[in-house]
Amino acid sequence: MNPVNYLYLAALLFTIGATGVLIRRNAIVVFMCVELMLNACNLALVAFSRMHGNLDGQIIAFFTMVVAAAEVVVGLAIIVSVFRARHSASVDDASLMKL
Amino acid sequence: MENLIALLVAAPLLGAAVLLCGGRRLDAVGHWIGTVLAALSFVFGAVLFADMLGKDPEHREMSQHLFSWIPVEGFQADVAFQLDQLSMTFVLLISGVGSLIHVYSIGYMEHDERRRRFFGYLNLFLAAMLLLVLADNYLLLYVGWEGVGLASYLLIGFWQHKPSAATAAKKAFLVNRVGDVGLSIAIMLMFTTFGTFAFGPVLASAGDSGEGTLTAIGLMLLLAACGKSAQVPLQSWLGDAMEGPTPVSALIHAATMVTAGVYLIVRSAAIFNGAPDAQLVTTVVGAVTLLFGAIVGCAKDDIKKALAGSTMSQIGYMVLAAGLGPIGYVFAIMHLVTHGFFKAGLFLGAGSVMHGMNDEVDMRKYGGLRKYMPVTFVTFGLGYLAIIGFPGLSGFFSKDMIIEAAFAKGGTEGWILGGVALLGAAITAFYMTRVMLMTFFGEERWKSRPTASPEEPSAEPAAEHHGAHAEPHPHESPKVMTIPMIVLAVGSVFGGAFFSIGDRFVHWLEPVTGHTHGHPPVSALTVTVATVTVMVLGVGLAYLQYGRRPVPVVAPRGSLLTRAARRDLLQDDFNHVVLVRGGEHLTRSLVYVDHTLVDGVVNGTAASMGGLSGRLRRLQNGFARSYAVSMFGGAAVLIAATLLMRAV
Amino acid sequence: MTQFAAYTTSTGEAFQFWVLGTIAVIGALCTVFMKKAVHSALCLAGTMIVLAVFYLANGAYFLGIVQIVVYTGAIMMLFLFVVMLVGVTAADSLKETIKGQRWLALLCGLGFGILLIAGIGNASLKEFDGLGQANANGNVEGLAALIFTKYVFAFELTGALLITAAVGAMVLTHRERTERAKTQRELAEQRVREGKHLPPLPAPGVYARHNAVDIAGLLPDGTASDLTVSKTLRDRGQIRDVSAQALSDLKALEQRAEDRLERTNSGEGSK
Repeated sequence: MNPVNYLYLAALLFTIGATGVLIRRNAIVVFMCVELMLNACNLALVAFSRMHGNLDGQIIAFFTMVVAAAEVVVGLAIIVSVFRARHSASVDDASLMKL
Repeated sequence: MENLIALLVAAPLLGAAVLLCGGRRLDAVGHWIGTVLAALSFVFGAVLFADMLGKDPEHREMSQHLFSWIPVEGFQADVAFQLDQLSMTFVLLISGVGSLIHVYSIGYMEHDERRRRFFGYLNLFLAAMLLLVLADNYLLLYVGWEGVGLASYLLIGFWQHKPSAATAAKKAFLVNRVGDVGLSIAIMLMFTTFGTFAFGPVLASAGDSGEGTLTAIGLMLLLAACGKSAQVPLQSWLGDAMEGPTPVSALIHAATMVTAGVYLIVRSAAIFNGAPDAQLVTTVVGAVTLLFGAIVGCAKDDIKKALAGSTMSQIGYMVLAAGLGPIGYVFAIMHLVTHGFFKAGLFLGAGSVMHGMNDEVDMRKYGGLRKYMPVTFVTFGLGYLAIIGFPGLSGFFSKDMIIEAAFAKGGTEGWILGGVALLGAAITAFYMTRVMLMTFFGEERWKSRPTASPEEPSAEPAAEHHGAHAEPHPHESPKVMTIPMIVLAVGSVFGGAFFSIGDRFVHWLEPVTGHTHGHPPVSALTVTVATVTVMVLGVGLAYLQYGRRPVPVVAPRGSLLTRAARRDLLQDDFNHVVLVRGGEHLTRSLVYVDHTLVDGVVNGTAASMGGLSGRLRRLQNGFARSYAVSMFGGAAVLIAATLLMRAV
Repeated sequence: MTQFAAYTTSTGEAFQFWVLGTIAVIGALCTVFMKKAVHSALCLAGTMIVLAVFYLANGAYFLGIVQIVVYTGAIMMLFLFVVMLVGVTAADSLKETIKGQRWLALLCGLGFGILLIAGIGNASLKEFDGLGQANANGNVEGLAALIFTKYVFAFELTGALLITAAVGAMVLTHRERTERAKTQRELAEQRVREGKHLPPLPAPGVYARHNAVDIAGLLPDGTASDLTVSKTLRDRGQIRDVSAQALSDLKALEQRAEDRLERTNSGEGSK
């Protein structure tokens, strides 16, 4: 098996995550799908690292994890405060920015 | 002595200010204030005249600089006066005739409760007219020009409660505006050409500039003169201006203001001398107006309108003379002065007749009045003889000179112009005899007035106003009215002879206007004989028609020409059809174009933008997921593009 | 581990890839399509563990452990906390409300996936180097050397980012108190003054027949009182109805009790 298969898997997971973002209305699930996309990227980076024989890809994946952690913290805080204000976690309910 | 010049203008201006601002407490003495100040102006004029006579003819010009009006680099406008022989002539005519008419108005306007205001307007007119003739530059002349226009407007519409008077005032003002535009354009042309608009530099350097420029300036000045002096094609306002009180008609619309156009042309002699085309147009305008006014005067039953037609015609003579160049300027002014006398006298006489006839103006309801108004009859008669050119009276000399000068123009033009002038003299004799006969001779038609005649085609508004059934009791006017008439009659009788014997007037004006003796193709005696002959012919014809036969009270239908002449030779219809209708159609089509094309493009753009936006805004539905789809789709497109580029 | 460039991995790794890869895809699909958020979270956690195994298999030992500890351990637990806050049992409707959204999303997803896979397939990645050399001194040491030399600025920046995120989260969820909190005494006095509901709120459950906090208690006249249910459940709309069956049971119970009391009464009367 060629490690390139990991890339195919990463692409598949990324696409599934992206489609999930577009389909789901629950903000928490949408957020989970974003995490799925980030993880897919990480998998690709790790696979690249192996294919090129250096650790830079892993470093980037590491940074991605850190950024994802920070993003999750802020994102969930936003979801909580939105839920407090509107008693709903649906992204469609926050649709005031329209004509 | 120069300092008196400003006082000439200041005296009536002070009178106008005092009378118009003074309010009702001056009602009792207002007319005396106005008359005294007008007379004071005349006294100043006389003093200056005496001083001027004492000087050498070449050094008679005086000037007075009051102050710098607009002192800007490259644009110097001064309030300064210039008094030379030409201005002097006008000053004496304006203040003299003006003072007489002030005196006359005291009696004529006695029963009008707004007499003080009337005298205030008259003084305002005198001030503006004197400013016009005394100004030493065209800009200040323009101020006076507009001032007399304003005074004319106020006085024509003095009886503003009459809709006809209010309309007539508006008409006069509007038509005059057309001429005023010409004057302002002429001034602008002068400024661009000569860099100044003072008389001295402009007229001195007029010969240096091109003929085209001079022609343009000359034609614009002629347009201004046409407006102010009621010449074709801007003549239509003068007949209606007779709605004003009769002293106004005498002073403004016969003796002084309407001659301002002639003054303008003669003053700008240097410009016209350099523009033969403009001169030709001027003579043509004069000749056409001469006949036009005369024909209109023949058909009018309203005594004032008949005289207005006559005024138009006589000013046509003056414009014709002014257009002839140096051979005619002096005679134009001479006719202007004599006309000022006899036409003012005729109008005052007409006013006196109206005064005694319950303000009736229809000559068909006069007749046989000579027994009741002897003084009016005699003065009016003398004015009549003067205007038709009865040998020895003033009109004879001045008109004869003009006809002679017209022939002296030479060539075919000379023959045509001279012939027209002769024809005009005949018609003048005809219509003036008609007026005379219908008013003072014949049966007394005012006595046996048919009661409640259902149709009176020529009934004037004034007659309806005062009640058509009250039978008038003709009587002579009071002395305060007759004395000015007598003075003017004396002027009409002796003025011409005084000016002409020994060529006094020619020598007087020559330093200003210049003069060359023309060489008419026929001898002067022949012209004189011809003039007298056609005059006699005109009088005879009029006698045959109006003296031998009774004059019908209701005007007969008349020929096509008569009916047209009664309608002022269709001038108003022409204006209405060509200008008013044309303007309306133009505006309508412009509005249509504006509404459909311009607005259509603008609104169409807006509507299509609005429609497009209305559809596009559906994309902006506020759902974050929809926006995410577009982002995702965009990312897909980017990848596709990248792959494509790599493949290529 | 191979030291040199190779074309294939070991058969064991291939087997592991196909099995765990299938599980990862199934987990991802379940994350997207599960109705309840808590199920989605669990499926995602599963996928992430699978990915951690893949990291380990790819020689990223440090990342593999971090994936388990940080992602599945910390982040996913954070998700679960929030899910509980919002409503564990709340099931989302998967019915699409925006017209055409689902079809557009699927179209875009399909196109995107195909393009991505085509792109990968297009790249000529026939051989790979392997990490034998890079990991010679140990994976963690290798990463540390890079982080503290080549990527030290980025590393410091991520530290700042994390602190900022922590402060941001606190700011977002913190509610500023605009007035002093009332003491218990003041609250009691206020309640007496307003004169509404002095005694404690009634307990949920109907005659203790249900050991349930989400069923409203009955008032003496037989109507259900929402006051008995916790405010959080009320806000979520998770109150279960008192069923007709329960009410009829109740009626029967009362009837029986009455009968019995009557009998007792009549028995006493007969004595």
